[in-house]
Amino acid sequence: MTTIQQKTHNPIAHLSAENIEALGRELDAIRQEVLDARGADDAAYIRKVIKGQRGLEAGSRALLLFSVFPPFWLVGTTGLSIAKILENMEIGHNVMHGQWDWMRDPKIHSTTWEWDNASPADQWKHGHNELHHTYTNVVGKDNDLGYGIMRVDEDQRWVPFYLAQPLWNFVNACFFEYGIAAYDLELGKNLSIPKDQRSEDFTARAQQTLRKIRQQATKDYLVHPGLSLPTGSFVPTLAANFTANVVRNLWTHSVIMCGHFPEGVETFEKTSIEGETRGDWYLRQMLGSANISGSRLMHLMTGNLSFQIEHHLFPDLPSNRYAEIAPKVKAVFDRYDLTYISAPLPQQVYSAWHKIVRLSLPNDWLAETTPKNAPSQFIKLYKMATGGKKVRRDIETKDQLRRQHDMATAA
Amino acid sequence: MTDTMARPTATLSLRQRLSRLAEAATTPLLPSDYLDLAAPLRSGADLRARIVAVQPETRDAATILLKPGADWAGHLPGQYVRIGIDVDGVREWRAYSLTHGPRADGLISITVKAVPGGKVSNHLVHDARPKTLVHLEQATGDFVLDPAATRLLFVTAGSGVTPVIGMLRNLFPVTDSGVVDLPRSAHLDIVVVHVAPTEPDSIFLDNLRELAEHGAITLVPRYDDQHGVLDVASLADLVPDLADRTTYACGPGGLLDALTAHHEAAGLPLFTEQFRAGFVEAGDGGSVTFADGTVIEADGATPILDVGEASGQLMPSGCRMGVCFGCVLPLREGSVRDLRNGAITSVDPISSAHGGVPIQTCISAAAGVCHLGATS
Repeated sequence: MTTIQQKTHNPIAHLSAENIEALGRELDAIRQEVLDARGADDAAYIRKVIKGQRGLEAGSRALLLFSVFPPFWLVGTTGLSIAKILENMEIGHNVMHGQWDWMRDPKIHSTTWEWDNASPADQWKHGHNELHHTYTNVVGKDNDLGYGIMRVDEDQRWVPFYLAQPLWNFVNACFFEYGIAAYDLELGKNLSIPKDQRSEDFTARAQQTLRKIRQQATKDYLVHPGLSLPTGSFVPTLAANFTANVVRNLWTHSVIMCGHFPEGVETFEKTSIEGETRGDWYLRQMLGSANISGSRLMHLMTGNLSFQIEHHLFPDLPSNRYAEIAPKVKAVFDRYDLTYISAPLPQQVYSAWHKIVRLSLPNDWLAETTPKNAPSQFIKLYKMATGGKKVRRDIETKDQLRRQHDMATAA
Repeated sequence: MTDTMARPTATLSLRQRLSRLAEAATTPLLPSDYLDLAAPLRSGADLRARIVAVQPETRDAATILLKPGADWAGHLPGQYVRIGIDVDGVREWRAYSLTHGPRADGLISITVKAVPGGKVSNHLVHDARPKTLVHLEQATGDFVLDPAATRLLFVTAGSGVTPVIGMLRNLFPVTDSGVVDLPRSAHLDIVVVHVAPTEPDSIFLDNLRELAEHGAITLVPRYDDQHGVLDVASLADLVPDLADRTTYACGPGGLLDALTAHHEAAGLPLFTEQFRAGFVEAGDGGSVTFADGTVIEADGATPILDVGEASGQLMPSGCRMGVCFGCVLPLREGSVRDLRNGAITSVDPISSAHGGVPIQTCISAAAGVCHLGATS
């Protein structure tokens, strides 16, 4: 992947400024249609999901009181995992986006909602709604791109540290909620500042996050296991809650990776968003997101982030409406000759992971490695990983010259 | 520390400990978030009510019978209640007079007249269904009978008859076998001047006639199409002993203003309750900053309540006509204009430092830059 401005085949070169504004107006019209039709059925939908989720969670936790019996553990843990996924995805994420604020129900409102996650709602809303949704896929602006620890773009210079990025990504997936909390806090940036110079705001927010983590951990790893003590189910309940949290983390991480990481999704240069119009912004959201195709159950379990493109175009429309507008949005893509990326979950997860592995290695290393040249490739990688900066630059330059020569010969 | 100061941890009752445990088990939600799904009317829950029945009164008015939650504290006849109901999925709050005196079965009722273009009144009259859950606040209002007054005159216009019906039903309960004479009402002498556009548009006319036939009240109906619009100067002709009576009036602002002037000039006691206000005064508007930091440009003719709701703010609201004070928020800085009379309310630095000045957002428009605080 490379930022769209650096590409030889710029996928938006065929669009004039007027085209882009016309495209923006078409999307505005789609949005207005939903706003005009929003009503009692939508309200009933979210209340039904919330009621179902709470019932499932309470029922699962009740079963886990007897989790010393394996069938109870299994059913209870499955139910709790599903409940936690629904709570974070279809409910928490979307409520905190303000998708349901129009109902004026103080109990289902972005300003009052708190979710079952390590990151406090206030901080997540800032990191996610303001930064990620505004600067979607802008390299150096959007923390969701690589979470600050990964190489997600060919233009980021390769250093040996990135060899471990598939591992980081897996660890991040398992403990994703803490990863989210850390980058909502901008922990990396703030920890690099000497302790006595950190802002008061950061200290206050860090305390808020720690308090939230403590409350979450007390619930899952102390209170509920404690309630299971009479049946001798302390340890099984603790294990069940841990499992449910990890399952939820792995699932949400996978879904979110599918939203912006699969091959074909574009990234943008920092300077490219200066003076961006509404149409330009829409266009960036269209090219910077990818959908997951699947059943209604799949859409529900992803919190309708399977309609990532629609969600990024209209982050505050009720999630239950994305499915109905998806064909209209796709028609806009087709009319303006743009690529609407959509594929089943396994394919998108594979694509995203493949990209992470590919970029953990020097540019083009993975693509150029065949069984025949494998030994020489590994020797080159070893040299680059253990050698200094100069060794890496020399090899990179040599490779580039060779590729240019090969291309010239082929032509 | 003295011996008499108990340590907080030692004083926690078993109940408090259990509720803390329940909170730790349900965080980040509250135990009530789960209990509400099963028992929304239980004691300790936010106050709600369930619609028991919707009884049509006229072609465009209906009485909604409600079963209030366990914490309903009761009401006095003539008081009103703020009700929050979801219309097209959107929570709307309105204030309605309670039309029954306290009932033996614990139910309460409101009578609603569908106002042309009225979102909530039309929904309640035509679309509300039994079993629907609505949100409620405790009854409030000063339009209640003075226990010392024995000779009473009620002047009602349009839907202004509803709080009066509430009072009359409390004084003279109507059962299947007719009006019941209660000893506590025996000494009362009541005249009701009932104003309506036409006879068929007259809500509660049957109830008033029944009470009149029984001799509980003297009914003086005035229909605009038959008698012409009521002139308050002619009230003494309709009620010759007007000077001996305490007047309770409920209706639109114009009628009440005229009555207030008339009674003040004559030195007569008057209690009023306004139903529906006409907005007149518009100004220049300004930017409104809400408690969460959102800034909205508001014109000088739109109530701040509407401005806030249109931009997705969670605004407290009630009657939307300046009566019930359910929409009050503190104005921390700036000025607002009262849309009913153009009066300007500004915040001085001392008030600002003490939390600001409470304003009714439903009748106040921005008059310059305004900063609002949160509900206290």
